[in-house]
Amino acid sequence: MKKIFTNMLPYWHMVLAVLALLIVQAYCDLSLPQYTSDMIDIGIQNHGISYIMPEKMTASEMAYSQLYMTEAEAKEWSSRYDKDGDLYVRRSMSGSELSDANDRFMIPVILTYQSRNTSEEEFRKTLSGSAKEGFDPNKMTLEEIEKAMDTDLSIHTEKNEDGDEKVYVNMRPMMLGMDKEQLTAIRQKLETTVDTIGSSTMKSRGIAYAIACDKEAGVDIDSLQKKYLWTQGFKMFVMAVIMLAAAVGAGYLASKVGAGVGRDLREKIFRRVISYSNTEMDKFSTASLITRSTNDVQQIQMVTAVLLRMLMYAPIIGIGGVIKVLNTGAHMGWIIIAAVCAILFLVALLIILAMPKFKAMQTLVDGLNLVSREILTGLPVIRAFGREKVEEERFEEANKRLMKTQLFTHRVMSFMMPGMTLIMYGTTLTIIWVSSHRIDSGDLKVGAMTAFITYAMMIVMSFLMLTVMSVILPRAGVAAERIDEVLKTYTSIVDPEKPQPITKPAGVVEFRDVCFRYPNADSYAIENISFKAEPGKTTAIIGSTGCGKSTLVNLIPRFYDVSEGSITIDGIDVRNAKMSDLRKEIGLVPQKGVLFSGTISSNLRFGDPGADDEALRLAADIAQATEFISSSEEGFERSISQGGTNVSGGQKQRLSIARAIVKKPKIYIFDDSFSALDMKTDSALRKALAEHVGGSTVIIVAQRISTIMQADQILVLDEGKLVGKGSHSELLRNCDTYRQIAASQLSEEELSRTGGEING
Amino acid sequence: MADNMAPRRPGGGPRMGGRFAPGEKPKNFKHSMKKLISYLGIYRIPILIVMILAALSTTFAVAGPKITAKATNALFDGLMRKIAGTGGIDFDYIKRILLFTLALYLFSTVANFTQGWIMAGISQKISFRMRKDISEKIGRMPMSYFESRTYGEVLSRITNDVDTLGMTLNQSITQIITSVATLIGTLIMMLSISPMMTLISLVVLPVSAFLLSFVIKKSQKHFRTQQEYLGHINGLVEETYSGHTVIQAFNKEEETVDDFCKTNDVLYKSAWKSQFLSGIMMPVMIFVGNMGYAGVAIAGGLLAIRGIIGIGDIQAFIQYVKQFTQPIQQIAQVINQVQSMTAAAERVFEFLDEDEEEQIPENAVIPQTISGDVSFSHVKFGYTPDKIVIGDFSAEVSSGQKIAIVGPTGAGKTTMVKLLMRFYDVNAGSISLDGVDIRKMPRAELRKHFGMVLQDTWLFNGTIMENIRYGRLDATDEEVIAAAKAAHAHHFIKSLPDGYNMVLNEDASNVSQGQKQLLTIARAILADSKVMILDEATSSVDTRTEVLIQDAMDRLMSGRTSFVIAHRLSTIRNADMILVMKDGDIVEQGGHEQLLAQNGFYAQLYNSQFETA
Repeated sequence: MKKIFTNMLPYWHMVLAVLALLIVQAYCDLSLPQYTSDMIDIGIQNHGISYIMPEKMTASEMAYSQLYMTEAEAKEWSSRYDKDGDLYVRRSMSGSELSDANDRFMIPVILTYQSRNTSEEEFRKTLSGSAKEGFDPNKMTLEEIEKAMDTDLSIHTEKNEDGDEKVYVNMRPMMLGMDKEQLTAIRQKLETTVDTIGSSTMKSRGIAYAIACDKEAGVDIDSLQKKYLWTQGFKMFVMAVIMLAAAVGAGYLASKVGAGVGRDLREKIFRRVISYSNTEMDKFSTASLITRSTNDVQQIQMVTAVLLRMLMYAPIIGIGGVIKVLNTGAHMGWIIIAAVCAILFLVALLIILAMPKFKAMQTLVDGLNLVSREILTGLPVIRAFGREKVEEERFEEANKRLMKTQLFTHRVMSFMMPGMTLIMYGTTLTIIWVSSHRIDSGDLKVGAMTAFITYAMMIVMSFLMLTVMSVILPRAGVAAERIDEVLKTYTSIVDPEKPQPITKPAGVVEFRDVCFRYPNADSYAIENISFKAEPGKTTAIIGSTGCGKSTLVNLIPRFYDVSEGSITIDGIDVRNAKMSDLRKEIGLVPQKGVLFSGTISSNLRFGDPGADDEALRLAADIAQATEFISSSEEGFERSISQGGTNVSGGQKQRLSIARAIVKKPKIYIFDDSFSALDMKTDSALRKALAEHVGGSTVIIVAQRISTIMQADQILVLDEGKLVGKGSHSELLRNCDTYRQIAASQLSEEELSRTGGEING
Repeated sequence: MADNMAPRRPGGGPRMGGRFAPGEKPKNFKHSMKKLISYLGIYRIPILIVMILAALSTTFAVAGPKITAKATNALFDGLMRKIAGTGGIDFDYIKRILLFTLALYLFSTVANFTQGWIMAGISQKISFRMRKDISEKIGRMPMSYFESRTYGEVLSRITNDVDTLGMTLNQSITQIITSVATLIGTLIMMLSISPMMTLISLVVLPVSAFLLSFVIKKSQKHFRTQQEYLGHINGLVEETYSGHTVIQAFNKEEETVDDFCKTNDVLYKSAWKSQFLSGIMMPVMIFVGNMGYAGVAIAGGLLAIRGIIGIGDIQAFIQYVKQFTQPIQQIAQVINQVQSMTAAAERVFEFLDEDEEEQIPENAVIPQTISGDVSFSHVKFGYTPDKIVIGDFSAEVSSGQKIAIVGPTGAGKTTMVKLLMRFYDVNAGSISLDGVDIRKMPRAELRKHFGMVLQDTWLFNGTIMENIRYGRLDATDEEVIAAAKAAHAHHFIKSLPDGYNMVLNEDASNVSQGQKQLLTIARAILADSKVMILDEATSSVDTRTEVLIQDAMDRLMSGRTSFVIAHRLSTIRNADMILVMKDGDIVEQGGHEQLLAQNGFYAQLYNSQFETA
């Protein structure tokens, strides 16, 4: 898993930039809710007023406003105002001074406001508490009470917070008469239960007071509100733009890092694999190397990009949330921990339940694919035996098993989302319930609760994201590990430090006591082989499947290195020459006709990019490929698809033979290259070959006796050992293995015609 | 290797960037959608239930926060009462609200979960049924269909297409309903509060639609390039690694790496661009949401100042504006998904609608016993009507005769086999078995009389016993072993771990090619059909096994009418009749000596083997 991160090292500056941008984004993300709620709470509900100190107050209000204040507070309060005729005008104050004042004067101001605007119900309740004999306020109208008490209640109707019309009275004139102790007691009660910092409801009451005062003093609240809405809207716009820019920037960099990591890995692996000798290719297997270079890299690339955006963002938001939560002082961290645990538990439970089935699912999918493929490839046989029903049943069984497993995992997973949301909802409800008691006992302030809910959700969400990542990461970790295996493996065959130049290549190949053992194999694949292949002569190698024929020729271009003994070309040990020099002299035609996407001519020019059209034509002629090349209109420009799938096996072989001929090498190696050709083409090809490449050394590996009968020298291999060496007729006489092979392929008559007799 | 891999379609492989990757577009959306809906028909009621549940769960989820807000308000009111000394927090009320909300949430969760559960069932059953239909369809289709296509193509319908369909079906129906329900619900709530404000906030709609389509269009372009170059890269890697030795032998390493880097660079550019653009979506939509919110707040504030709208209304209204952009985004996603789902469904239905071969002919003749006389009368045949390969072929083969079919590679030697087995029907003339036109016989009946050993040894992933028994399903173990002995397979089977119970692995690579051939011969011996069709080609088989195979084949042929795609001269010379094929047509027919005397194509073919190189 560490590897996923080390891949990003070259991009550390970009990663750091992403981190910085994400912090900016998180900051905006965490502050934007404030802006949006300000827009409504202050901009609309509070008419754009955010401070509780009125701009202007009437003289009478100035007196009432200090009703619940201590002397010091009252002194400071009045010092902030200048008298201007009938009005008191607030002196200019900075924003921080004003919000400071918000906190300091909140309690007395709210109390004043409450007394100023007491709802009829509350008023009656208060009165009945201190009711005197013969005075039953519940049976009197407000006007009658006003009269009876001989005070100005300034009865008025107003919309309350729910938007309903309610009747309010002003109790303050009554209160002016109360003694200071009683007022302080009321104030203390409020102070212990309500925190004024950050509680928007409290604040809006204070602001409502300011607005009422301002209105009374003739301030144009509407224009203030408009101004507030526009400026706040603009601020929000700026914040949103910053957040957008940060997110887009982070996305931009993260995508570049992700794609960059993918590109780098792909190139590194590709370069490495190209340099591998057959030993390493065998070790990994081609199919596995292909997956490692494609799917595995793709996975890493995707995970890297997601990692940079999600995995990095989650803790930032989480930490931000924790900081905010600590600020609220709610001491309800246990609820968050419980919620996180519940989520972890749910995810763990689902994974434990579904994981074995998920793993089994891949096998079942493979199983279904296998049956389908078998049915499709075996269609003629199935029909010939009339087994369609049997196959349908076999398919149905695999199909059913897959369906059942998939159904199980899908159903288990259908718990996931509802479960998650339920946990989130449950958390919110728990917070409210627990808070309500703590608020009641005075341990928690109201504002803290709403803030706590918001941030708790953020923390839980970030944990959720981390959980998701913890599912993705291990899988990517496996991919990273597999890639690293390739990058840690170097080719075992390297150029010598001081290569011997092949100055005048003649093409003499000599094996001296060559033994070869595959890595980790117990026995030799090739044992004590010695022979000499000379220019102008054909050396053929024959033997049954798995006898080591191909292995033997693969040693010449150093696809493998000999374990013991030596191979020389023109007297130079192949291990002492530069590989590119060595391979320049060799024209290899592999067992499988391997072609590359492009055109026929681009394939033929593979060994000699400068070859002219004439050379191509001649090579095609020799390789008996002219007929089918000219059968299509495009001729040599006919396109060859990836892996040469649009030409037949025999055509591929002929083209790869022509490719080797165009290269004009000193040594030809035909590794069972005639097997896909019919006998007629085979013989015509060999005849043409003999005419044109007469001066080169030719080494032919074959299975068909007829292909090699005419060779100057035939090597007979059996289980890696040389059991016969000589011409066809010699071998028929003295090599048992050769005779057996010949007997299985030729009739006695033909054997005798080709110069041998079976007698033993 | 290449055969085994189903061709990758976008969306088939690892999902890159996911949500906004271009889905494949169906050719005929309406038609395919209709078919899909009628295919879903039997699940009408469960789907309806899913829809109702999804709508319900959405409604509850939307209503939940509003009701929770009541609890917070009650809490605050109680607190205020406490301060004023006129009461306290009404815990009963709060408890009731919270419990009610909890019940609502539980209900929503249960509804949500139930619909997920049902939908998983429906989508899985649909996938199951589709795969089953495809598999049964395969059995009824003419061979020609499969010969003109790669296995991968058909395979990818069974796997990729059906998977895509199942997955999308599982998510999209629910998602469509949830987002549409949220959208409609929100819209209704908004309209009921203030039509005017709704109008204002709907401005967000075209803006987000425009942004969405812009970004999707842009990113899809890059997704397509990425997909294309990913294909190139994968192809290049596959080609290079498979041709690894050739590249080294021709000293082409540097050049190949250079080519690779060029493609890799294009891939890199499209990869980061598509990743970036699809990643832009979320922040852009959040931005639009924020702006819409600010816009509505400002507009609402201004309207409130003029007294057109109440403050309480704005407050309620604004809650819904926040929820407005999310369903739009979801719907955009779902549309994309539904499109690729329909494209997948289209391919499946296309396959299911392909022509079938008639199974049982009218007035079918079912001969009870067969002696094995085969007669060809003026047979005319072409794989396509405009390209006749066999012009006019007539021959009488009597029971027990051996017919060798010879010709160079690609001469169409298997055509005769395909005609005999009725994988194809003749265009004119007729082939009859024991005097009965084979077209008059049900295919299954006809094929019962043919045994077949082809070069392409088809064995399946099962035990050796099961594989041989495939020839006759009711054969006893003893009969299977007897057949294996007759096919010279018993000896090697005994030497295998688990013997007859050894399970052949996926590509049957745990027995050699030659051994596989022996098993298929044993299978044919067990089937004991009157007419045998054999392919002698035994490339890449070691000599000792080859001797066994030949001997086993000779045994198989004795006493049966046999058609042999011949490679051995001994077979050819001993044949009662040799059919010489060239370019698809039968150019010569007759005995070995007779044909040599003709000094035609056969003579040329026969001698070429011994021409000196």
